[in-house]
Amino acid sequence: MKDIDISNINKDFESRVRLGIMSILMVNEWVNFNDMKQMLELSDGNLASHTIALEGKNYIEVRKAFVGRKPETSYRATVAGKLSFQKHIEALAALIGKG
Amino acid sequence: MNKYENDLTHIRQMMERSSTFISLSGLSGVGAGLVAIVGCLMTFYILGQHNIDYFDGKPNYYSYQVLWQLASVAIVTLVLALISGVYFTAKKSKKLGYPLWSAATRNTINAAAIPLVTGGIFCIIITYHHLFYMVAPCMLIFYGLALVSASKYTQSDIFWLGLCELTLGLLAAVFVGYGLVFWGIGFGILHIVYGIWMYQKYK
Repeated sequence: MKDIDISNINKDFESRVRLGIMSILMVNEWVNFNDMKQMLELSDGNLASHTIALEGKNYIEVRKAFVGRKPETSYRATVAGKLSFQKHIEALAALIGKG
Repeated sequence: MNKYENDLTHIRQMMERSSTFISLSGLSGVGAGLVAIVGCLMTFYILGQHNIDYFDGKPNYYSYQVLWQLASVAIVTLVLALISGVYFTAKKSKKLGYPLWSAATRNTINAAAIPLVTGGIFCIIITYHHLFYMVAPCMLIFYGLALVSASKYTQSDIFWLGLCELTLGLLAAVFVGYGLVFWGIGFGILHIVYGIWMYQKYK
């Protein structure tokens, strides 16, 4: 008997963009800004606002480094972020399963 | 309900798309295989012209002229195989609407590079020791290892191709002297068979 708990659906991950960012970071270690932008087909500003939000919630961490002379920003999911997202995925799956 | 389903599909897609290099085209394999067979035949031809019995399985001292010809064939074969590989994959990539040069592409290349570069240097060392009959087995073995290693980041079927290649390499090392035949099977025929199979599967 499985309980379907709608409270496991995490509002923080409701937007498409955040879903995408978290999905990518679940299966990749550090991903830089440009790769992320390319994969999600987003504008700079759009991606930046969502990563800032996710960082604020401590779901992802940010690393700024210099590659040659260019600054490069990379992201990685935190342990807490991975756990929360995993829960979110399970909640989605449960809802569909019982649809 | 539909939104949840879409979300899950989106998650799965982004995970796959960001971690796997899926644009690898079967036609790349076919192209590289055809080039390899031509290269293999050219090598037989050159050896035949100089009355060299590649199948004697002994350390040989070839003249610089022969070495130069063999090296040219090898380099041209490699370059043409790479061009055909990149060409068809770029085409498929465009068709799928995925970027050709992505983190997944880099991961795939990085994973393959260590065994490949090691193998390449090792083959040069073998040549330096005049153990030419070991070059073909070594190329097959290291290439097989490279594919096995790259299979984590691209179509997982590559793993089996890698195992076949390195098995052929080991057999070639046992049946010394038939290296070129095994090489032709491994780089030529296997690539073509695998390429056609992949082309059908992922069409």
